[in-house]
Amino acid sequence: MEQISSRKKILILGAGTAGTMIANKLANHRTKYGLDITLVDQASEHYYQPGFLFIPFGVYGREDVVKRRSDFIPRGVTYIQNSIEKIDTTKKEIVLHIGEVLPYDILIIATGAQVAPEQIPNLIGDRWRKNMHEFYTFEGANALYNTLKDWPGGKLVIHISEMPIKCPVAPLEFSFLADDFFKKKNMRDKVEITYVTPLSGAFTKPEASRVLGGMLSERNIKLVPDFSISEVDAKENIIRSYDEKTVPFDLLVTIPPNMGDALIARSGLGDELNFIPTDKNTLQATGHENIFVIGDATNIPASKAGSVAHFEAEILEENILSFLEGKPLSAKFDGHANCYVESGDGKALLVDFGYDIEPVEGTFPLPFIGPFSLLKPTVINHLGKLAFRYIYWNVLMRGLSIPFVGPGVPLAGKKIKK
Amino acid sequence: MLKTIANKEVDVNEEGYLTNKGDWNEDIAKEIAKELGINDLTEKHWAVIKWLRDQDAGGTHLSIRQVGSSGLVDIKEFYALFPGGPLKNASKIAGIMKPMSCL
Repeated sequence: MEQISSRKKILILGAGTAGTMIANKLANHRTKYGLDITLVDQASEHYYQPGFLFIPFGVYGREDVVKRRSDFIPRGVTYIQNSIEKIDTTKKEIVLHIGEVLPYDILIIATGAQVAPEQIPNLIGDRWRKNMHEFYTFEGANALYNTLKDWPGGKLVIHISEMPIKCPVAPLEFSFLADDFFKKKNMRDKVEITYVTPLSGAFTKPEASRVLGGMLSERNIKLVPDFSISEVDAKENIIRSYDEKTVPFDLLVTIPPNMGDALIARSGLGDELNFIPTDKNTLQATGHENIFVIGDATNIPASKAGSVAHFEAEILEENILSFLEGKPLSAKFDGHANCYVESGDGKALLVDFGYDIEPVEGTFPLPFIGPFSLLKPTVINHLGKLAFRYIYWNVLMRGLSIPFVGPGVPLAGKKIKK
Repeated sequence: MLKTIANKEVDVNEEGYLTNKGDWNEDIAKEIAKELGINDLTEKHWAVIKWLRDQDAGGTHLSIRQVGSSGLVDIKEFYALFPGGPLKNASKIAGIMKPMSCL
């Protein structure tokens, strides 16, 4: 193709999983397309968020999950560490906290999602991070580790406030790992575990819900479905729902509402949870042809998970190049998610699904390493999950693809019901 | 699969949600509501149902939080109107698909 003469400014907001991946992918096209790529993030540290799950049980420590963001910025990409005040889509520029203005031709928003515990009345107070915890932040996971270390037992309640949440299987994994943790400490009989969810079952997708629900009851974990929290009563140690159901706890591990960045609200770009309306196939922001969204920042009906961001990055790379060439955005994201679910006892399940493909039983074709078993706890799946940390830091964050794993949901090996 | 609701044959999915929004009418809404244990749809119910249908037609992914900030009802009232799972029940009565915001 012919060279595009004028240089194009691509601005990427957020250097987390999604932003770093797409920066690395686009960096390969800098010369050919004449791209000036700038990546902006306020934080200096990059967390391996899937690792947070293991911190409360003492399996992972700081060195496993924290690295410097700047270590993953590809050569030729400008990195600015500063917080962002506002996105001005009319002027096509962003304003940094220090007042500097950065113009863009193409904006890629990868500002992610954060937990918002302040959204639940009375959650944050004297008892926060004492007997009321979350494990979706590094700080929270460590505080929970300190509590669990010498917790004498009692009522453990694992609770989801509302959907969507990052890594929707993480609370289930936490429950399975907690069961395993207390068994190994010979105190499982002193702990009553309850799983409280706003969903009608253990998971939304029927087949996976059946399997995972069965795994809860096998482990003697009580399921409380259709529970939508209205408040915590920190004096009485109970959570209360809008329809006046109550669940008592001695130790509460809650998943607070997940929200997009406050920057999105300040810039008037989000929905009521600060997620950005985005085309679920092309990843273009609704109503803005030069703005694209990737990772947890979108409102698309896919899981908020690193694997989703990874598959999205392959689609987005293609669509950005099409956009630069003035062609239609032909790459379509199919909602592909691929998640290992730790089940305790050194095993894990693998679920693989998309917008139109349910997680089902079968095998996941991965030549040489796999096949991994879908929806069935096996040791090899657990090893896959642990190996993933290496793949994350050394393959994904470098913008490389996992060999043989394309962005679409593979149908081979799946036992799909007609 | 086909199901007869309020003397009309309509297509529903395995959970009983209408697959074709055009099939919906007020009699169908009343009968689905009865199946869910809501015997009388009040003006407030209809306001919420209408709002849900409008939002859905505009392509919005619906959530309980959105209903709470609609100005029509707060979340507590929403629960009182459609007990159990208010959004999934109200969506079924409104003849729209079960909300996707779940995962």
